[in-house]
Amino acid sequence: MSYKTDYARVHGLGSAKSGTEHFIVQRLTAIALVPLVLAFLLPFAHALGAGHAATLAIYRNPVNAIIALATMIAVFQHVRLGVQVVIEDYVPAGRHRLRWLVANALVWRALMLAGIFAVLKIALGA
Amino acid sequence: MVQFTLPKNSKIRTGKTWPRPEGATNVRKFMIYRWTPDDGETPRVDTYFIDMDKCGPMVLDALIKIKNEIDPTLTFRRSCREGICGSCAMNIDGINTLACIYGLDEIKGDVKIYPLPHMPVVKDLIPDLTHFYAQHASIMPWLETKTSRPAKEWRQSIEDRAKLDGLYECVMCASCSTSCPSYWWNGDKYLGPAALLHAYRWIIDSRDEATGERLDDLEDPFKLYRCHTIMNCTKTCPKGLNPAKAIAEIKKMMVERVA
Repeated sequence: MSYKTDYARVHGLGSAKSGTEHFIVQRLTAIALVPLVLAFLLPFAHALGAGHAATLAIYRNPVNAIIALATMIAVFQHVRLGVQVVIEDYVPAGRHRLRWLVANALVWRALMLAGIFAVLKIALGA
Repeated sequence: MVQFTLPKNSKIRTGKTWPRPEGATNVRKFMIYRWTPDDGETPRVDTYFIDMDKCGPMVLDALIKIKNEIDPTLTFRRSCREGICGSCAMNIDGINTLACIYGLDEIKGDVKIYPLPHMPVVKDLIPDLTHFYAQHASIMPWLETKTSRPAKEWRQSIEDRAKLDGLYECVMCASCSTSCPSYWWNGDKYLGPAALLHAYRWIIDSRDEATGERLDDLEDPFKLYRCHTIMNCTKTCPKGLNPAKAIAEIKKMMVERVA
């Protein structure tokens, strides 16, 4: 039972004054990913089954490496923002939701770092 | 929050079947949601039969006929019977709309009538719209000005006035907001299409001087950005308005502010 007024209930904690950056970055990464995914998949398809040496050679090419890095950054950023919205939509507010949001914020960044490290290791490795 | 099954006390059972009208040849079956807070029972769907040769053309005509001639306990809101008061919004044949301007000829087969979805029910077809109205009030649905009041009136050009067309017609029937999954699941914080359409109506009013404050108040992951362009609002609006477009315009202005 709560005697809060309708006004207080609707205004709650007030506006977060955020969300627009999320909106913009999600769309920017979406636009970037259209050419990036195509440009990423072409050398990736070549590398598939081409053997170890050929794969290393493909990703030592700076153009291929940069495209792979850009794809990695855009994909994981896009996924993190997208899944965040799904969690906010479907998981009831409270501590449970917060846990999911924290996990979401960390997991995709960790995967992004791993991907970047892998590409850099090949591209710059001896 | 999302719920895939109805809570226990909302499970709907089969209700009473009322007798058919005697001697009628053109009979139509109506299945109507019933619930009263008084008896502690779960909701039920009652079945009524109406002689269509003695009934008006709209869904509201049938409801009034049932209340007058068959079952006076059937409870629903209605007032203007011409789509301008927004009182008789309900879920008819799976669509949120106004009973007074929805023709019975638009429905195939039996007529199924429920209250607006995902709202607390006061009784039968009457949803509790307290929160919905409070959300409307929260967007400051009035002209906000800082300049001292002009001697005659706040002037507006014909072009600027035209920008309000498709917005001012909203009668706050709540059909759109209660058709929106985002509003179902996060309606405590998400303002919903109706309140956001009204917000936009004041944001683009050339006479209003609080545009920035209005955008400040709306810039929030839940108040505004829960809209995922599902478009149920626009599809269901009984007045043919486009709340989804109004929300998209607000989002465009948010981007414009930082770009």
